[in-house]
Amino acid sequence: MRYFPHTPEEIDQMLQVIGLTRLEDLFAGIPTTCQKTRAMNLTAAWSEWELNDLMDAVSDSMAVPPAYTAFLGAGRYHHHIPAVVTALKGRTEFLTSYTPYQPEISQGTLQAIYEYQTLVSRLVGVDVVTASHYDGATAMAEAALMSVRITQRTRIAASALIHPFYLQVLKTYLKPTGYQLIEIPRDASGRTDPAGLSDVSGLAAVIVQSPNFLGCIEPVSAFSDVIHHAGGLCISGFTEALSCGLLKSPGSQGADIVFGEGQSFGLPCAFGGPGLGMLGTSKAYMRNLPGRLVGKTHDLDGNSGFVLTLATREQHIRREKATSNICSNNSHCALTAAIYMAALGGTGIRKLAEINHSKAAYLKSALKQAGMTLPFDAPFFNEFVVRFPDGFDRVYDRLIDQRIIAGLALEPFYPELKSHYLLTVTETMNRKSMDALVREVSA
Amino acid sequence: MSDKLGTTGLILNEPLVWERGKPGRTGFSMPSEDVPFSPLAEELVRNDLDWPDLSEVDVVRHYTRLSTWNVSVDAGMYPLGSCTMKYNPKTNERQAGLVGLSDAHPLLPAPLCQGALKLMANLEADLAEITGMNAVSLQPAAGAHGELAGMLIIHACLEHRGERRSKIIIPDTAHGTNPASAALCGYRPVPVKSGPNGILSPDAVKAVMDRDTAGIMITNPNTLGLFEENIREISEIVHFMGGLVYADGANFNAVMGVVNMGCAGVDVMHLNLHKTFSTPHGGGGPGSGPVCVQKHLEPFLPVPRIVMQNGAYGLSRDFPLSIGRLVTFYGHFSVMVRAFSYIRSLGPEGLARASQLAVLNANYIRERLKAFYHLAYDRPCMHECVFSDKKQQAHKISTLDIAKRLMDYGYHPPTIYFPLVVPGALMIEPTETESRDEIDQFVDALIAIAKEAEENPDLLHDAPKTPKMRRLNEVEAARKPCLAG
Repeated sequence: MRYFPHTPEEIDQMLQVIGLTRLEDLFAGIPTTCQKTRAMNLTAAWSEWELNDLMDAVSDSMAVPPAYTAFLGAGRYHHHIPAVVTALKGRTEFLTSYTPYQPEISQGTLQAIYEYQTLVSRLVGVDVVTASHYDGATAMAEAALMSVRITQRTRIAASALIHPFYLQVLKTYLKPTGYQLIEIPRDASGRTDPAGLSDVSGLAAVIVQSPNFLGCIEPVSAFSDVIHHAGGLCISGFTEALSCGLLKSPGSQGADIVFGEGQSFGLPCAFGGPGLGMLGTSKAYMRNLPGRLVGKTHDLDGNSGFVLTLATREQHIRREKATSNICSNNSHCALTAAIYMAALGGTGIRKLAEINHSKAAYLKSALKQAGMTLPFDAPFFNEFVVRFPDGFDRVYDRLIDQRIIAGLALEPFYPELKSHYLLTVTETMNRKSMDALVREVSA
Repeated sequence: MSDKLGTTGLILNEPLVWERGKPGRTGFSMPSEDVPFSPLAEELVRNDLDWPDLSEVDVVRHYTRLSTWNVSVDAGMYPLGSCTMKYNPKTNERQAGLVGLSDAHPLLPAPLCQGALKLMANLEADLAEITGMNAVSLQPAAGAHGELAGMLIIHACLEHRGERRSKIIIPDTAHGTNPASAALCGYRPVPVKSGPNGILSPDAVKAVMDRDTAGIMITNPNTLGLFEENIREISEIVHFMGGLVYADGANFNAVMGVVNMGCAGVDVMHLNLHKTFSTPHGGGGPGSGPVCVQKHLEPFLPVPRIVMQNGAYGLSRDFPLSIGRLVTFYGHFSVMVRAFSYIRSLGPEGLARASQLAVLNANYIRERLKAFYHLAYDRPCMHECVFSDKKQQAHKISTLDIAKRLMDYGYHPPTIYFPLVVPGALMIEPTETESRDEIDQFVDALIAIAKEAEENPDLLHDAPKTPKMRRLNEVEAARKPCLAG
């Protein structure tokens, strides 16, 4: 095997130093009752040639752009990834290092993550952002648990228009705690209804996502005003990080804790993972944050450098009293996002976000002109809901044969939204493809 | 040693990213605008984003320079105990980067993503076979997330039986994340001391196990690099009281092809694909922590699960006893692709060989170094060996000094001050991909450092001198946190 450097002679010599004769002797201390009674029944080893052929076949069997035109979003987005991002993130000095426990020889990762924390905190409008979480959903669940720790209250209200998978993850995390989760209903415009937030007293937090799962931009300030009056916290976030390049940041609208998914920043969809969980807050709640943080300091010679810091919140120091159990996070995804943010720049993100919105607006109005119903009139970013004529599922399947994926059916998530589809448009979609979709659905 | 691996060379300085660049530069190629501009209402739009503008060359120079300040497995031996820093095969990166796998949208209709679902189903089956467990979910995003999945499964199983228990047993040789994972499920950790030989005794478990205890979280092999040889007896004690046995499989690299965790009495365990199965650590993740269970716990696995229906793969949430969803989609798919490629590249003999050579390397280091450093438990080890600074303390040299001096010799230090059960621990895990020559040089460096500790301790106190930075002030960082620029 090409990954094992040992020659048979070396193995014998090393065994001799240890005082053994056979490799099997190394396991003599393991009781036979715990041992396997037969060799593992796995596929025999493949050469690199065979592996390449097989994996090429798997890859070729998948429906991906550009062969397919996919109007899919809902938490994962097809954005252009510049070659410079792919090349730099692939530098193995970044890829094959461990968590930077030894700062003197890990300054590359540490400075890159400090810069990531800075760029994201400016983006989402808070003082402090963690070095990363697994994804948007787990970041939101951690935000909810954090609000309970801060307020010492155990009831949480969450918008019904948060990504349904995020809500499912939140329920998984809350199940053993006994904390209560209340859903805030939606209104006719496709937004969460502040009036639906009846009993705010005693709430640890209100959670809203903007743009929400229907693509609509939420009035986050309305929720932060209400919950702040009741002494609770406002938690707000997003599944589409690019929206923050154009829309008012969650922090500037009164969010105390911000969560989000950063996949849009240079990470491929990768069948759902890994993504990038963003989580941030104000200085006041910094010590309640779960997860790793990189901070600035100096070395013995007075030079500026970076270290992992505030470790007294973490599991390896505080054990069961830690703010979370998270250890490995999605650091390399944060690095990738940092490279992407640097390449895009402040001017670039605004422009790219505008292009996304303009393209989505184009498709939305073209569908309207073609006679489709657009049930929600709230402002949106790059996703919106369209109601196709009844029986559209047959058209949807026919379009798949033409390699067009006409969005995501919403009925499985909201049974009352029959024939409603969520359509997503990014900068990777051109006018020709959108015109083709409009032509096909109105045929 | 005259020929040290560690040396000073040309180290380029580099400012913070926002100190580079000029407003108006760009490193991004914008698509052509083929639709009319559509403005959003003024009150929705921000004008306060303060990000720098850089050219593509700025970006390349910046991150290339930063990368040179990192030590990595590709550059040299990285013997961090319990982290399994083995070589990360290049072919795995090629497979994970294939466009059909990297660009696949997770909400593709099932007929359009059969390849990905089949790959995941095959990986689940392989991991079940390797561990000796019955069913696997690939959803957990990292090791600690796998621990949480395991604890949630235990909690759900007990709740299904109509029981609420409040405690969980955690030995002092368990991984550091275990207590926090248990606490997320409302369990109070009951610490248990390992015996004088570093192994947990059945009597110690018997003394604390009761009907208010949900079970035990046992790391096996444990953090001393020793196999918990009483695990079957301990499992029987826990099961007798209606509890469940959770095994932290982070150290599974020691026992592939040897141990059957099911036969050992384990009910639920997790693996770290970013350790045993060679996927890169990426400076701290993404990892992947599949959770593996015995048949009786299968109904509680996270959803969605991959199922076979009418000859095709699909995703199903129709498991009413499931603990629910753990991540937005199905876990870290591109990490799974790498692990799958690794398992296929090695085959069953190769995997078993990997464990044999990992254990050989660790025992060889243990034997060669034990005259120079205090060995915490002088008995054959598995994949890692744990020394301490006991001998060097006489010269006012600590584990930290030894670790920092190793950098001057060109090595990433071992894990230090963990496990807590060994004061001043130096936990060395070489993995199977280090050659005898490499290990000999590493051992020679540690022997040279032991001599320096006696003869010239200031060399250690002042270390490191060759890396970009000297020792950093962690107290300053924590007292006056500066977490953003």
